[in-house]
Amino acid sequence: MKETGSYQPYSYFQLMEVSLRELLVEKGIVTEAQVAATVEDMRNRTPERGARVVAHAWTDPEFKARLLADGTRACEELGLDVPALRLVVMENTPAVHNMIVCTLCSCYPRMLLGIPPDWYKSRNYRSRAVREPRAVLAEFGLHLSIETEIRVHDSTADMRYLVLPMRPAGTEGWSEERLAAIVTRDCMIGVAVPRK
Amino acid sequence: MSARFRPGDRVRVRKAYPLGHIRTPFYIRGQSGVVERHCGAFGNPEELAQMRSGEPKQPLYRVRFLQTDVWPGYRGNPGDALEVEIFQHWLEPGSG
Repeated sequence: MKETGSYQPYSYFQLMEVSLRELLVEKGIVTEAQVAATVEDMRNRTPERGARVVAHAWTDPEFKARLLADGTRACEELGLDVPALRLVVMENTPAVHNMIVCTLCSCYPRMLLGIPPDWYKSRNYRSRAVREPRAVLAEFGLHLSIETEIRVHDSTADMRYLVLPMRPAGTEGWSEERLAAIVTRDCMIGVAVPRK
Repeated sequence: MSARFRPGDRVRVRKAYPLGHIRTPFYIRGQSGVVERHCGAFGNPEELAQMRSGEPKQPLYRVRFLQTDVWPGYRGNPGDALEVEIFQHWLEPGSG
């Protein structure tokens, strides 16, 4: 077979990961199978999980109230395991728009959104989201009216955040599946809003 | 450790620069805000980072700051806000 990939030596951190993993396996602390299963589990967590939560909240006001009161427990109702973290759900309204950042590192609701996008971890987003959120949102194509208050949530400790976006007009009568399809990852970070 | 502040209380973040693993961002040190909620008590990250127990657990709060207070010359809605999780030992009672 013709080789078409480009091959490069391991980077410093890749080499560190391989060395650490091999040592842990060699010492019997974890098995190769456990590592593979964990990686698989991380890959299976995608923003569709979060979208399911949002769509359910849009169609069931009582669930929405429980979600806003205790995000972790409400997700468990849907069979979504939110391990060891407290989920805080912030609701967008015509008056208030919420967005999430972690200025210290890259804290992110992985259990509902999966692996964070690179921009979320970038110095650019992390430093500017708290200082000039309107300019940052405009770069994402979201131009908010000056009438709308912006609340930026800095995930500095043990909470994790999910934005509950507003349900777009004209989606009355849609099924949960159809609604979930318009809830993108960026809507739940608060740098976009769902479009019909 | 019992919770010293309640939602609605005005608080000020300590302006201190100790070494170590600190979860209080630099930009918010010395700023005044209002407690939005008490999140519960959690292991102190400054202790946990030193491989110690993190005990006693520290009350953790979400504190709301107005952008116009934090950044001189901030332009936007006067109600634009920042909400940051801050451990109790980083907070002192605020005035006003």
